[in-house]
Parts: sequence; C-alpha cells; structure tokens
Amino acid sequence: MSSFSDLIERVKASIKETDPDHVRALQLDGSDVRIIDVRERDEFVEGHIEGSDFIPRGLLDLKIENAVPDKSQPVILYCAGGTRSALAARTLLELGYADVKSMAGGFTAWKRSGHPVHIPKTLSQEQLNRYSRHLIIPEVGEKGQAKLLDTRVLMLGAGGLGSPAAYYLAAAGVGTIGIIDSDVVDRSNLQRQILHTDDRVGMAKVDSAEKTIKALNPDVEVVKYQDWLSSQNALEIFEGWDIVVDGGDNFATRYLVNDACVHLGIPNVHGSVYRFEGQVTSFVPGQGPCYRCLYPEPPPPELAPSCQEAGVLGVLPGIIGLLQAIEVIKLAAGIGEPLAGRLLTFDGMKTSFRELKLRRDPECSMCGDDAEFTGFIDYDVFCNVS
Amino acid sequence: MTVQVRIPTPLRKFTAGQEEVAVEGATVGEALMNLTESHPELKSKIFSDDGAVRRFVNIFANDEDIRFQEKLETPLSEGDLVSIVPAIAGGRS
Repeated sequence: MSSFSDLIERVKASIKETDPDHVRALQLDGSDVRIIDVRERDEFVEGHIEGSDFIPRGLLDLKIENAVPDKSQPVILYCAGGTRSALAARTLLELGYADVKSMAGGFTAWKRSGHPVHIPKTLSQEQLNRYSRHLIIPEVGEKGQAKLLDTRVLMLGAGGLGSPAAYYLAAAGVGTIGIIDSDVVDRSNLQRQILHTDDRVGMAKVDSAEKTIKALNPDVEVVKYQDWLSSQNALEIFEGWDIVVDGGDNFATRYLVNDACVHLGIPNVHGSVYRFEGQVTSFVPGQGPCYRCLYPEPPPPELAPSCQEAGVLGVLPGIIGLLQAIEVIKLAAGIGEPLAGRLLTFDGMKTSFRELKLRRDPECSMCGDDAEFTGFIDYDVFCNVS
Repeated sequence: MTVQVRIPTPLRKFTAGQEEVAVEGATVGEALMNLTESHPELKSKIFSDDGAVRRFVNIFANDEDIRFQEKLETPLSEGDLVSIVPAIAGGRS
C-alpha cells in the first residue's frame, strides 16, 4: 500500500515541472502559453497570477476541453504549493494535452520570488448567482463579468434604441450606465421605448430609465444627464466613458457624437432606424472608419425625416438596439469581432441582414491622416437645421 | 448586362415601392444613370447638380463602397447587386 507522498512522487516523476521565474519570463515575452489556476475559488480571489484562467482542479477534466480546445496548446498549471497542479497536469496528459507543465512551488513560490500578484474585483454571492449564466460561458467567465462590471457605457438617448440597449446592458451587469436625454416620456414613445411605462408619461426620461434599470439590477449605477448634448457640454460629458452608444435621432447630434468620440478615442456603437430598416456598426478609433468616413456630410433636412415624421415599426429599434448592446458587451469584455469596418443593415420587411464593408477615409476631416481637431463646429448650421 | 439596384426604404416612394430594380449597365455609373432615367425623381436624391454622388449617400457594388473602388467607373458583372445606402438618423424620439 503506497502512501500519498509516494503517489505524489510518482506523479511528479511522470509530468514536467517549471518554476515561477520561467513562467514570469514567458509572460513578459508575450508567449501564448495558457496559465491555469487550479486552486479553489476562495484562494483564487485572494490573489493570482494576472492573466491566468481559473478552473478549480475538481472541475478541470470537465471544463478543460471547452477552455483549451487545442490539445497542442502549451499549458502551465499552478496551485498553492505544486501538489494539486502536479495531479492536475497528469489528468491533462491523460486527456491528450501534449505540452503541460506544473509550476513547482505553486503560488507561494511565485509570491516569494517577488512576481506581481493580481487581486481581482470579486463577485459577491448575489452576483455569482445573478450572472451565473455568463460565468459558465468560457468566453465571458468571471474575468469577463468583472470587466463588464467595471465598464462605463454612455447612452445617447433613452429612446427607441437606447431603451432596449440600456435594459439588456443593465441586465448583463454593465457597471455604470450614463444616459443623456432631455425629453420627458410621451405616450407615443411607449410603442417601442421599453424603459418607460404608461404611469410615467410626463416624467423625465432619464428618471424613468433609472427606475426601470434599478428595478431590474440594483448593481448598476445610473448617471443621468437631463440635458441636450451640445458643442459646449459634449467633452465634459463624454470624458471618462469607455463606450458610447449612439441612439440619436438627428444628424447634428450624430456628427457631434462622432467628433467627440474620435477626439477622445472612445468606441462609438452606432445604430439608426427608419420605418422597418436599420443600420448598425461600431466606430472603433484606430480600428476602422468613423461616421464622417461613411457620410462626410449630412443630408439636407427635407431628405432626413426623423422617426417622428417618418414613423418606425416599434419592434425594429428593439432589434437594432440589441445589436448595439451585443457590440458593447464584446468591446467591453474584449471578445469576438466587433462590427468595426462593417455596416450591418437589416430589412425588417424581408427579415434579411446584409453586411457592407466600410473603410477609413484617409482624407476624412475628423480621423483622416491630416485631420486636426480644432474644436467643435456649429452642428445645427452644418446640418442646416437652425 | 443586367444588375439589380437595391432601393432603400426612404427612396422607395420614387420606385413605386419596389425594393430592387433591374437595370442594364456595365459600370455602377451606367446602372445608376439608367435607374434615374426610368425613375427621374431619384436623380436629385442620389446625384448633386455636378453629377457626383451626394455625400450623404453611399453606393456599394456588392459589399464594397465604390468610393474606395473606381467610383462610378466601378465595373459590374451580370447579376451584381448595387446598393444605395443613405444616412439615416432616427432612433431616439
């Protein structure tokens, strides 16, 4: 009968080990090695190696194929002292992973060597429950959820597009949602603006939106700007936000939003609707065009009817607003492929999507090679609406 | 050769509600010229007085913006789809 220490000795002889200095060097080299923390949750949240994935050893065999589908991917496992990770390494070898190492001495040795320790923002028990369906998706997980909770998203309007977008982003746990809207709720809004309710007709939209969001998810901080966005207040309002969701209803505002976002380097998730047709794209500074690359000039007012004048099928902004919301989630969590450089168009009458390629215009007056920001223009004059 | 031109919702009132119009044309310019000949009211919505495409309208040959191809000279093949994509503002109110 062999003892536990005999077992560990045999296991360690059958696997490869590495040490903290070597792991740190790989990290600094930008190596594509996957570092996995196999300790228990309470150990992980007290501090871990930055960038490591967390899969407790008890779940490793169940979860590893999802987390690391490529069995030739180099993997380094660590625990507190190097024992559990040695056992885990053997499990991965048995599962066919070709390049697996256990970090000898574990996290204790890592700390002793003076390497940096990442202490994550931890989720409360209630948050673990609330976001559990996110946490089990490998692409989101606790890391992604923590990013969402840290993200500040500014909504241009709590109307047709802003309502569904803000509602789902609040549900998803986007930590801070800012809303700019100077309007009050009108009964004619309720056909599509699902943040508002019949008994709130006449209430400021920002207040109504806050009530609905807080009722759904008290985690979310709502920052209200009951104001009309203008050249005077745009920079002050926009500064400090991670992502802007443009659900505006007029060209003057859309150009202003674009110019402010390009100037501050903030991704601008754009959506627009007309009757039963919509457009979505993400203008990500440095990764694709801006709104002005797409449309250097606005149409004259007689060719630019608003929803108020042209009408809109109530469900349509729901679809377009939620496409904007999923763009926000991807940009915030750093996953997937945002619609940078792609315009998605939706025709509700045919239920058909199309994708068009967008390119950055090197001669763009806002983001072009020779463009220089000289302050905001008078957007009402630019759009001939004053 | 025959190509299809996709008409966006705001302009369908000038094509008797048609979403797509079949026209002849070996280049985007030819196709649009023939389109605006059969539907004259479209002309000023797509082209400015000097004959250039208006700056709030984008024309795509299949999925490529013609401004980054050969503009109105962009060649077309039988069955290609030309899309007129105007700027639309709606969303909030």
